[in-house]
This record gives sequence, structure tokens and C-alpha cells, in this order.
Amino acid sequence: MTRVNDFAFKLANVNGTGSASANGLLMQAIFRMGIPVSGKNLFPSNIQGLPTWYEIRVNKRGYTARTSDYDLMVAMNAETYARDVQEVRSGGYLIYDSSWPLDRGLTRSDVTFLGVPYARLCTETFAESRERTLMKNIAYVGTLAALLDIDMGIIAGMLKEKFGKKPALMESNRKAIQLGYDYAKEHFEHPLPIRLEKMDATKDSILIDGNTATALGCVYAGATVAAWYPITPSTSVLDAFKTLCEKFRTDKETGKRRYAILQAEDELAAIGMVIGASWAGARSFTSTAGPGISLMNELIGLAYYAEIPAVIVDVQRVGPSTGMPTRTQQGDILLCAYASHGDTKHIVLFPANPGECFDFAVKSFDLAERFQTPVFLLSDLDIGMNDWVIPRLKWDDNHRPNRGHVLSREDLEALPKFYRYSPEDELGVAARTLPGVHPKGAFFTRGSGHNRLGGYTEIPAEYQDVMDRLARKHRAARNCVPEAVIERRSKATFGVITVGGCDLAVREALDKLEARGLVADYCRVRGFPFGDEIEEFMHGHNPVFVVEQNRDAQLRSLLTLETNVPKDKLRSVLAYGGFPLQAAQVVDGVVAELEEEQAHSRSSD
Amino acid sequence: MSYIKKPVAKHPSLKPNKLGLTVRDYEGSMSTLCAGCGHDSVTAAIVRAFHELDTPPHMVAKVSGIGCSSKTPTYFVSGAHGFNSAHGRMPAIVTGANAANKELLCIGVSGDGDSMSIGLGQLCHAIRRNVNMLYIIENNGVYGLTKGQFSASSDLGSKSKKGEPNTQPPIDPVRLALSIGATFVARSFSGDKDQLVPILKAGLRHKGLALVDVISPCVTFNDHEGSTKSYVYTRKHQLPIAVTDFVPMAEEITATIEEGESKSVTLHDGSVVRFRKVAADYDPTNRGAVMAYLEERQASGEVPVGLLFLDKNGVEMHDDARTVDVPLTRLPFEQLCPGSAALDRLQDMYR
Repeated sequence: MTRVNDFAFKLANVNGTGSASANGLLMQAIFRMGIPVSGKNLFPSNIQGLPTWYEIRVNKRGYTARTSDYDLMVAMNAETYARDVQEVRSGGYLIYDSSWPLDRGLTRSDVTFLGVPYARLCTETFAESRERTLMKNIAYVGTLAALLDIDMGIIAGMLKEKFGKKPALMESNRKAIQLGYDYAKEHFEHPLPIRLEKMDATKDSILIDGNTATALGCVYAGATVAAWYPITPSTSVLDAFKTLCEKFRTDKETGKRRYAILQAEDELAAIGMVIGASWAGARSFTSTAGPGISLMNELIGLAYYAEIPAVIVDVQRVGPSTGMPTRTQQGDILLCAYASHGDTKHIVLFPANPGECFDFAVKSFDLAERFQTPVFLLSDLDIGMNDWVIPRLKWDDNHRPNRGHVLSREDLEALPKFYRYSPEDELGVAARTLPGVHPKGAFFTRGSGHNRLGGYTEIPAEYQDVMDRLARKHRAARNCVPEAVIERRSKATFGVITVGGCDLAVREALDKLEARGLVADYCRVRGFPFGDEIEEFMHGHNPVFVVEQNRDAQLRSLLTLETNVPKDKLRSVLAYGGFPLQAAQVVDGVVAELEEEQAHSRSSD
Repeated sequence: MSYIKKPVAKHPSLKPNKLGLTVRDYEGSMSTLCAGCGHDSVTAAIVRAFHELDTPPHMVAKVSGIGCSSKTPTYFVSGAHGFNSAHGRMPAIVTGANAANKELLCIGVSGDGDSMSIGLGQLCHAIRRNVNMLYIIENNGVYGLTKGQFSASSDLGSKSKKGEPNTQPPIDPVRLALSIGATFVARSFSGDKDQLVPILKAGLRHKGLALVDVISPCVTFNDHEGSTKSYVYTRKHQLPIAVTDFVPMAEEITATIEEGESKSVTLHDGSVVRFRKVAADYDPTNRGAVMAYLEERQASGEVPVGLLFLDKNGVEMHDDARTVDVPLTRLPFEQLCPGSAALDRLQDMYR
């Protein structure tokens, strides 16, 4: 059966052998052919020598969530070969290196095996041993181009862009691709029934990872101080911030920089620097992952209580402890919502894709300064490190940052006396001052007990007065965080709530469920504290499935803690093994639950 | 009690500085420390240093961690912005504040628990970064607020109030700082204001991190016989290596120069640090020699005090980061946000 622009394939490699560049090339070529596509890099926590996989899904209807239903496997890693063979769907294809004889025990009669002697071809063509290894991987790009009908002109164009300044490297790559291409053309029927055809669906889109988009948002928001400690999978946020600042924020004549990046000694220091910089009046942020948030807990409480803005990007990975650093999860929802000891609550934004990483990064700074409090941008490894096809980012040149209530020199001059924590405005926020502006603005910031005038206190009523205002302030933020995305279907009988990077898989699942007669409305939470629309959605549906990627149903917990919705109407669908969510997992979870419910109601009739 | 208003009485004889402010204007609220605490003497020296340097109070960022010493920023320069942060985290807070606004005059006040234990890492990295700040360790060799535990700076054999000896070797902030590239290292004694004030002034003017370890006896928990951080012990064993003069740029330098054993170092802003009565073989600009000398003195039980080392050519954090001259906090949004046209061009690369 021919399937055009609707299939998935997987590439099994050894990491550190240049496969990332080959796989990126494939994904980008398909994107440039105008076809909706996604690439998921399933990589080990290692630099060289361990198994790594890359999955590409093309789908003309735009379903680009991860799927493990592979029509084709490129099995380049002998170590994982046995497993990789088993993963191909019946009727699918497997490309392998036929320089060595195929283990008879590892073949399947329902899969078409296509052998290309990559090692032999590369040994014959390239002199140097490192090049022979790297080019083996590049060569399969050519084979796939022939079998799947990828436009070779597009590939040639990309090589030129990538290696324009290194002609020798470009020539090696071109040669390797041609080897794989020619061999396939000569030896196999081509194209395969699963193949590509140019479309026009990505013309106004870009291919970008969430961490780059986050960094871009920080640049556009006007962040000047970034403090961080390297950690997977958030490191590329700061890498990108640096590159972008070098491009946009470096004085062409003097070479001087309109930004400061501080690589801290640990996350405790990183968040301390962010708090110090924000206290002094800069827009400042840090980027980390769960283990970093654990360390930052102490000072996050200080920023909350002393009311100092801070933007904290958490690119979630699999916990607990070191967990699986290169795998994705949504395991930090509760950690971030209530980070630090004592009564603390934070503003959390949940982007679902790189486009929202950009928008919400900008928004984070406005919220942090408007509410004078830490704001979490809760991304994850799948969003942050994989390349996504998203609509081009937009920027409104009339945008001006909301710096919140900061008293100027003139304000202070006119003020009889300044008190840090009063009077409060309609959102429960008081004006702040910055050091170095005016003698009247001086005050003592403290993480110890303080009253509404900013003075030290151990008096219960004075302490509670401030704590109650902080609670009001947090509640007021529910109308300022991004509203939930709600999509209603006619004749919906139940609801599905989800968050962040589950978006694509859940929306695809809802289509699949509808095809089976199970119709649900959709709600994607984008901010905490929860807006009223989320509570209304839950009240209006029964049951409500909460789909998320962690073991303990953290979003569901937060929903039940922070709203008046009865706990038993919220059913969990959980996937937390570390790979991005698939529609099939959602469908199966929902169906199983509904069937169980039906069986239950029948038996109790 | 810090919430008790201190009466602002100005004696007519108090000399105003160039800003028209008297020393009283650089004081803070009432100290809540024990009577006779060394830290209060350090506070008094800080007050004098700021006054004598004609410092605009609101340009000062005074930051501390947690502990007795960390309470003291409320007791000086009430017109300054203060930040009593978390235990051992003062260096990071100052680093961030200074990164944001390089015009702030940053002073961090810490203690031996704050800097030698919980915040040791942050101290070391602030030194490595050479953050432009005065870093004071009010070192009493004991945890005061939690009532008398040994600290990481307690000397071997030093006895607790109950007579129990300390069995673990101390961390010496002076030698530690020298070994990781500190550019200004001093040790002083809270009981010797004449020595401390010029050191603090020089530290405030130094471009980079100026570390001042001040032996500051704890009258309640560590001022007994057997303590090596007591008033008696320190008075007896301190060895003034280099009596320091600090001459701000504007003052006539020649007026105070004495002939003979002295060495002068001119700081970046033109002010001069002068080492008087230095031992013949002591060169405060030679890191290796200073290290060797301190090792030797310390081994013999002496406590060398004074401005012990000065490297005016160290690269300060902002110079290393090559930030623009104007503080980052003052950059207008237009200079930070590249705008929509640039975003469009950039995105052509993400195709």
C-alpha cells in the first residue's frame, strides 16, 4: 500500500559517529520539501560509543507527535541490531550495512531487508579512518533520498550552506551521499511505497529547538544578566543566549557587551546571582533542570519572601536524583509550583513548543517584575532539545517591557517616605526601589520576618499580614498568566486536560478517539496559578482525563489542591518512561479507563 | 534592638565630609550584638571608612549572609541599600548586583561560619571572578548565634568555653585567598581601628575583590583563656607586617610620606596605598614571597596583620566579561531588543 507523506522511520546509530549531522540533514530536507515533520533524538547520557536513535515522522495532516510505529529502520548499530529489527512494523523495511553477512537468526520474513555495503563503499572511497566512519552515516542519507524520494537538489543546497566555507568537507559529504544514493538506485526498487512528495505546508514555518527559542525570548525581553551552571538538557539555552548576544548585543566598534553571562560554581550561586542582579534592577534569568531546581530551593524562597523578580527556566528531564538526564519528563510540576521551605507558591508557565518558549520567555520577565517574584518557565527535554516545525516567530516593535512598580529618582524625590511593602496595588504588589537611585529609596531587604513597612518583625500579626498579601498576590496572577487553550468538539461527552509538550500527542489522540465515537473537549493548561477557565472546564466535564508525563500525576494533584473540583472526577493518563508522549498511549489510556468504567457500571446495575 | 530608633544627635564639632555629611550620617540602627562584641568595632571602622571616602550612601550595596556578623549591615550606612540574604550566599548576591550595576559600591559582610563553611565555595569563586567588592570576614572562630560550636577557622587545640579542644585544622582565609589568585588580601584586628580603617578604605577603592579577614573576638563564646581568637591572645600574638596608609587620590600625597622603609602602590583611581615599616624582606606585591612568609610566621604562632598582599593589575569581573561602560541596568530597551526586522532575518537561518 502506498503511503505518501505519512510514515515514520528510525535511525539506529552509535553516538559520536556523525549521525546527528546526517539525521538533522534528513529532517531539514523533508522540512524544506514543505512536509510537516518531526525529529526526536533519543540519545544516551554519553559522548561517544553508546547507542543513540533518531526518529523522523512525516505526516501530511500535521500529526507530528512521536510514534513508535516504524515503517523503516536504518540499523547502523550492531549492538542494538537485534532489538531494532524487532521494532519495525510488519510489512516495513530495514536498511543495514551489508559489508558483513547478515545474521540469519536476526531476519524477519515480514520485513524487507535492504543491504547497502556502507563500510566497504566508504573504505574504497575515503582514505582516512575517521572519515570512513563518519561518512558511513552520511551515505545512508543518499540511500534514503533514493528510496523515499527526497529532493537531491535540496540536499545539495543544504550541503553548500553548511560546508560552503569548507570545500573539502563538502566534497566528502557530497560523495558519501552519492554513494548511498547510487547504490540504492542501482539495486533496489525505488521509490518505496512509503515516500515523500513536495507539499506547501511549511512555507511560513521555521525549524527550531525550544532552548534556542527560549534564549531568543530572553534576548527580546531585554534580559542582561544570565547566571547558570551547565546541566543537561538546559545547557543549550545559555549556549544560544551567548551566540545571540554576541550577534545582537556586542558593540561593533568597541567589542563591548550589553550583557553579562556568569557561569556559576553551582546552581545555588546561579540563582543567587540572578536574585542579586534583579534586586539591583537588571532583567536576569537562569536556566537549569530538575537537579538544579532542587539546589535552588533555598534562595527561591528568599526571592519569594523578599519579593525579588527572577526568571528560572527549567528544562525538565527524568528524575528523581540524577535519573535519566537525556530523557524527557514532566516531573518538576509540583517542585516548581511550591519550591522552597515554608509557605511558598510560584508563577509557572508551561510552553508546549518552541513558539511558546519564545513567547512565554518574554512573558516570564514581565510577570516576574510585575509581581516581584520568581517565575518558572517549565519546558522539557523534548521541547528544548529537539527540532520542531513551528510557525515563524513574531515580534511587535511596539512591545515595551512591563517593569512593574519601580520608583524613579523623581518619584522618590516627591515621596515623603518610602516603605518597601506598602502601599499595595490592586494585585497585592508594592513599589520597589533600586540601589543607586536615590537616598530616600534605601531599605533593608531581608529573608527574615518582616512587616508591611519592611522592618524586622517576630510579631505574629505583622508576619501574617505580609504572608496573606503574598497569597493574594499569587492568586491575582491567575488572570495574568497565559490562558488555557480550550478546544471544544460538538457532542463531546468528556474532557481531557493536559500540559506542555503533551499537546500534539493528545490532540492527535482526540481525533483518533472521535473516529471511534469517543468525543472529548480539550484543555491545555499554560500557566499556574490556574485561571478560572480551567476550573470551569473541569466543572463542565465528567470525567476529565489528565494527561501528563510523570508517575505521580503531578498536574492532577495541583489541580485538585488549587481548585474546588472533586478529586474523583479527574482520571490520570500517565506516560513517564522518558520518551516523548505518543497518541497511542493517550488513546489506550483513555479507552481502558472508559471500558473499565462501563464494566463497573454494568456490574453495579 | 534594631527596631529601637537611635537618636540622631550631632555634635557641632563633627567634621562634615565633602558631601556635607558627618560620620553620624554613615551610622545605622542600634546594634543588637553582645556588649563588647568585636563586630561592633568593625562596624565603627566601616562607618569611618565610608565617611572619610565621601561615599554617597545610596550608592552603597551592603550585603550579608546569616550569622552575628551578617546582622551588622543594619548597623552602618542607613542610607544604603541593604540585603541580608541567606547563609553563605552573600557572594553570589553581590556578584549578581555588581554585574547588573557596576557603579554600586559593594560591601559584603560575612563571618567564619558564613564564609569558611557553608559559603566557602562561593567565597572562592567570588575571588576567582575578582568581583569588585570589599569582602569582610568578621572572624571569631566560633558559631555565636547557635551558641558556641567550633567553626572552620578555629585553630587546632583552641578550646571551647567548656574547655573542649578543637581537633580539626583551620581554614585560613588569607592563605586560601592568596592561593586562588586574590588581588587584595588583608588581615586585621577589630581592636585596632587605626589599622583597620585605612585597610577598609583601600579595599573599597581597590578594583576587584578586596578580602579583609578581621579577627573579631566573640565576648560571649570565645574570649576565654585557651581561645586563639580572644582579645588577649590576638593582642599578644599579632604581628603587624605592614602598617598601612591609604591616601585618596585627591589628597596631597607628599604630606604623609615618611622616608625609610615604605612601599607605595597606586590604585586605578589614582589613590595610593602605602606600606609603612615593612620588614626588609617583605614585598606585598609578590604573591609567592607573601605566601612563604605567612606560612613561616603562622607556624610560629604569630598572627601577621596588615594589608598583606596587593595586585592592582588583576582583571576585575566586568573587564573580563567586557561589559559596556554604562551599568547594564541603565541600558534602554531599544539597545537590548533587536526588533522584528532582525528576528525575520535571523529566522531565515532556521529554515
